Amino acid sequence: MSSSPRLLLSGNEAIALAARNAGVGLGCGYPGTPSTEILERFSELGGKAQWSPNEKVALEVGLGAAYAGAAAIVTMKHVGLNVAADPLFTAAYTGVNGALVLVCADDPGMASSQNEQDNRRYAVAAGVIMLEPSDSQEAYDFTLAALSISHGRRLPVMLRVTTRVCHSKTIVNPAKPDMKWKAEFQRDIARLVMIPSNARKAHRRLRQSLNEVAAWNEQSDLNVVFDRGRELGVIASGIAFQHAMEAAPDASVLKLGMTHPLPMQRIRNFAESFKRCVVIEEGDPYLADAIRSAGIQVESKSEMYRFGELNVERVRRILANDVSPEAAPLPGKPPQLCVGCPHRVTFEALRDLGCIVAGDIGCYTLGVLPPFEAMDTCVCMGASITVALGMRQCLPPEQARKVVSVIGDSTFVHSGLTGLVEMVYNPPASGHVVVILDNGTTAMTGLQEHAGTGRTLDHKPANRVVFEDVARAMGISNIRVVDPLKDAAGVSAAISESLASGELCLVIVRRPCLLAAKRIKQYEAALKDGK
Amino acid sequence: MTGKVINVVVAGLGGQGVLTAADIVAAAAFNAGLDVKKSEVHGMSQRGGSVACDVRFGQGVYSPMVTPGEADFLVVLSADQVDVNRRFIKPGGAIITPDDIDENLLADKRGLNVALMAALSRRLDIDESHWIAAIKASLNPRLHEANVRMFQAIRAAE
Ligand SMILES: Cc1ncc(C[n+]2csc(CCOP(=O)(O)OP(=O)(O)O)c2C)c(N)n1
Ligand code: SF4
Repeated sequence: MSSSPRLLLSGNEAIALAARNAGVGLGCGYPGTPSTEILERFSELGGKAQWSPNEKVALEVGLGAAYAGAAAIVTMKHVGLNVAADPLFTAAYTGVNGALVLVCADDPGMASSQNEQDNRRYAVAAGVIMLEPSDSQEAYDFTLAALSISHGRRLPVMLRVTTRVCHSKTIVNPAKPDMKWKAEFQRDIARLVMIPSNARKAHRRLRQSLNEVAAWNEQSDLNVVFDRGRELGVIASGIAFQHAMEAAPDASVLKLGMTHPLPMQRIRNFAESFKRCVVIEEGDPYLADAIRSAGIQVESKSEMYRFGELNVERVRRILANDVSPEAAPLPGKPPQLCVGCPHRVTFEALRDLGCIVAGDIGCYTLGVLPPFEAMDTCVCMGASITVALGMRQCLPPEQARKVVSVIGDSTFVHSGLTGLVEMVYNPPASGHVVVILDNGTTAMTGLQEHAGTGRTLDHKPANRVVFEDVARAMGISNIRVVDPLKDAAGVSAAISESLASGELCLVIVRRPCLLAAKRIKQYEAALKDGK
Repeated sequence: MTGKVINVVVAGLGGQGVLTAADIVAAAAFNAGLDVKKSEVHGMSQRGGSVACDVRFGQGVYSPMVTPGEADFLVVLSADQVDVNRRFIKPGGAIITPDDIDENLLADKRGLNVALMAALSRRLDIDESHWIAAIKASLNPRLHEANVRMFQAIRAAE
């Protein structure tokens, strides 16, 4: 398009714009750095976007939309796909009617995550087509390509991005796609009902389709060769491609845009035309392992470069086979709970009461740092409740009595409910105490709404899931709701009384996050003005 | 890399306006018709912790991240962030700190990020009109007039 505007966009903004321009009918997901802004922007652009309680729900809702013939995008951070893995594997069998693009954002280096898992492995394990953009232009173009491949092949497609693609701004010239979608139910029991007799056929069908896609990928212009020299060949994808182009100006580079299924013949032809061919990739040696197991000789990075992000300097070192220790950067100032953060009161109480605290993920994980140091475990979202129950089941009574679960409101909606069911169904002999830190927002990822705030993704009124009502309905009768600002002593009292009772107890510490409080006032004011 | 690329690292503490400052340089270079990449890390780092943001521009930019030892400019909003980021500066690169700003020209402490961009702008070959447009694109309209005025005063001072 000659008239397309020149824009400076983050990868996330580019994905949102492409989804909007392509007529995506539903965007759903759960917040998680570095993926969160995709749905927020999609909504600002006028797209229908919604936060689901967690990633499994989001993927299933998106899948339903795609069964119905619509185009759907589902967004999440890398660990979100662990939660959504169940529908993913079987969605690959059923396929879709419209289009389903799963945007999955990895966080190598763990700028804001609890692990640095490499989700390219999921594409292989689930048998899902995978595209990897390396900048915002490609984030835009590949989103369109993913939608079109998904529809053309009737298969879900994973768009795998990483922190530096999501959060870097680069120039985009957005071509206007011509895509039309029509939602209409068509009964197709053999394809959409995965009883074993259907699923056995579906698995064969999936493998056959992937073989066809692999053959197509051999010629696809998603993969590009940059012919710059005859000495050194480099194979790269995603952000690692950008670092490699800069670090090795005289190397020829094969940039892979579709990294599952791989265009193995093309890789072979490229690799064999160089004396030396090196795979440059961030994270696990996914490409190098796959290429080598096809019998193609390439060099892979040394194990030390598996950890953390790559950058130009590290790529230079890889190419020079330099395995000398890297200088550790000086530590910056660590983040802290904001001054006046309502979470502080609870962690002071937990510290002073000498509790054993099974923690969870959110701003409040900072309760592990001084001056609180009031957290003993933190694994994955929702695990505060369940890990604590396991500890209570096995610890000696004098220790079991001190165990407390601490979970944020958004995390509770995400995966705390099933933990409460476990508590009711398999109560520890010593009882248990769950503390929900209800600050009225998903603060950690930048103040998103959730089912417990009573507002939709775009901050309009919605049905609200009331935690104390849910708990009561489950059969938990010891429920205390405290405001940490008005009654700081009450927080400590509620926790210690609950611990002493030896029963199943819920303490809800309710007070909006400082940063959210301002915005909540604005949303409420906007609502009044609107009426 | 095609042609010369200018590398800028903007650093400070969460809440100081680091990301906005970096947006302004990036937008100014973008307005000037250059290739631009800007990279930042969100998340935990925002709760008052160290934040750094890379901006690179020129005829053609590949990596969005500034390579240690190659930054032309390190701009810090908080003097204690110089040491943490010193490894980025190239030999002969410049460090711009709040000390470089004439306090009389800084109307409001919250304008420090724009003030530092004014100091940076004096050393870059990007037309003033592109900076002004960048400031307007990056700030709330309420703040345009005061910030543009301050930017021009600091840019003109020497
Ligand atoms: C499976 C999974 N999805 C998403 C995330 C990203 N994430 C971490 S904590 C969190 C929610 C935090 O909200 P809340 O529990 O309300 O605590 P707050 O930050 O508000 O204190 C999210 C979305 C994650 N770590 N794991
Ligand atoms: S953003 Fe909100 S929840 Fe997070 S530390 Fe600050 S006040 Fe607390």
